Amino acid sequence: MTANLAAILYLVAGVLFILALRGLSHPETSRQGNYFGMIGMAIAAVTTLWAGLPDITGWVLIVLGVAIGGGIGAVVARRIPMTAMPQLVAAFHSLVGLAAVFVAAGALYAPEAFGIGHPGHIHGMSLVEMAIGVAVGALTFTGSVIAFAKLDGRMSGKPIMLPGRHVINIAVFVALIVLIVLFVQSDSVIGQRALFWAITLVALTLGGLIIIPIGGADMPVVVSMLNSYSGWAAAGIGFTLGNTALIITGALVGSSGAILSYIMCKGMNRSFISVILGGFGGESAGPAGDLGDRTVKQGSAEDAAFIMKNATSVIIVPGYGMAVAQAQHALREMADDLKREGVSVKYAIHPVAGRMPGHMNVLLAEAQVPYEDVFELEDINSEFAQTDVAFVIGANDVTNPAARDDPSSPIYGMPILEVDRAKTVLFVKRSLGSGYAGIDNTLFYKDNTMMLFGDAKKMVEEIVKAF
Amino acid sequence: MKAYAQEAAGAADQAATAADAAAEAVSYATGGAIDPTVFRLSIFVLAIFVGYYVVWSVTPALHTPLMSVTNAISSVIVVGALLATGVSLADAEGALWAKIFGFIALVLASVNIFGGFLVTQRMLAMYRKKK
Repeated sequence: MTANLAAILYLVAGVLFILALRGLSHPETSRQGNYFGMIGMAIAAVTTLWAGLPDITGWVLIVLGVAIGGGIGAVVARRIPMTAMPQLVAAFHSLVGLAAVFVAAGALYAPEAFGIGHPGHIHGMSLVEMAIGVAVGALTFTGSVIAFAKLDGRMSGKPIMLPGRHVINIAVFVALIVLIVLFVQSDSVIGQRALFWAITLVALTLGGLIIIPIGGADMPVVVSMLNSYSGWAAAGIGFTLGNTALIITGALVGSSGAILSYIMCKGMNRSFISVILGGFGGESAGPAGDLGDRTVKQGSAEDAAFIMKNATSVIIVPGYGMAVAQAQHALREMADDLKREGVSVKYAIHPVAGRMPGHMNVLLAEAQVPYEDVFELEDINSEFAQTDVAFVIGANDVTNPAARDDPSSPIYGMPILEVDRAKTVLFVKRSLGSGYAGIDNTLFYKDNTMMLFGDAKKMVEEIVKAF
Repeated sequence: MKAYAQEAAGAADQAATAADAAAEAVSYATGGAIDPTVFRLSIFVLAIFVGYYVVWSVTPALHTPLMSVTNAISSVIVVGALLATGVSLADAEGALWAKIFGFIALVLASVNIFGGFLVTQRMLAMYRKKK
């Protein structure tokens, strides 16, 4: 195969990847898009093998490697529960990061195979690209491992604040830059290899340092940000290899992650910088103090069933708590019963309702909620005022009117679902504790709010029984 | 929302067309006199713009599959792993190491490719219309 043909096939793969993302503009076209992605990947892999046919040992190793990796990937993809998607994605990001490190190492040890020079005489530009690729890859790896540990509950979601951490981070970052400059200027084989691993080590450290001070509440931003990093790492390696498919993909993934981080930050009214600086949001917050003499109205499952059955419209506001309680299937049953009674039922999703962008939509889809019933914040917020019942289950901070009305509230300015404008608010909750952000919700004490205390799943099942 | 998505998609198509035209013009005008890195940089920058428009047109309901599929496609880094794994041992003294590193990268990227695409497919299959 000529180099030109190979380059064109890589370009085709890149275009297929663009189409894969393009398909996601609608659920109808999304499945086809995913196939485009698979075809693109197959074209890229076959082109590489065809352009430089490996020897027998090479083939054996390749078949073995794909079988091992592919087998693990396929099993994990089949078994993973949908609630664990954020952890899975974080884990996958770490693998991309680590793969980037090893590919760069391979290119450094056998530059001829990559067409970038000879050991000790690698083109200057290729060294720069390689250094950036390996640094971003290593940083993505440790960052994602920590994000995975926090999301999976293997590590406290509480921010870990090292004393003088900003100074440490800046010092480590400067050290990284210095090492990269030395690496590019070095012309001995030994020196380059030593500096390469030094860059890897320092970048690994930096990745960990960046993520540990970020609290559990900000994890959706972190996961998106690491998505972006893994893209930039791939692009860096793409430059080293001069591979169009890899460059295009890196750019796509990099901008995708950046946009998702931006959407998540906006959903929480937090600036990207303050998320990165960390320290916000612990794993669990205690009950809010100083409740004063405010009273809440408490109701039973029967009351809730009666109110909803006699309503004409119900908007369900699910939050992550619903998913933790595994209440989504019971909830869909409740919605089905209500629909049979002629009640209009819709779901309202806040951008940060789950633990990653779009997480709640997947959880509802898994419970066979049709996607036409599920609405985004900006599309449904104006409807609450004309709605009889807002049924809040497992969500808290995203409904807190203080974010809209109280400039002294720490979450002031965060976009909320305006459930308090509905005629009646039914709020399913375990207790009067505060939410993830550790803030008391003024919604509990409103006259039109009825609290339904109990486990989300049990409560919904009781409501269904009471219909 | 739909109109917006269509508009964004149109913009994406335009950006892609512009990218093709620009790439063609660059190679024609220079006759290959430009450093290949600059050429790659232009592909990179234009692809960022394509990515920007395409990703904004993704419906928020599919943001989780977007993350898992971007994850899968970024594993196209497997091309580098294949090159390193397939390196001939007679080539140079570092070849054995390159082969080892390449093999590790190949396993890691394969987990991502198969895992990423299959889990995306599993999720997308769950999005259904009203009966």
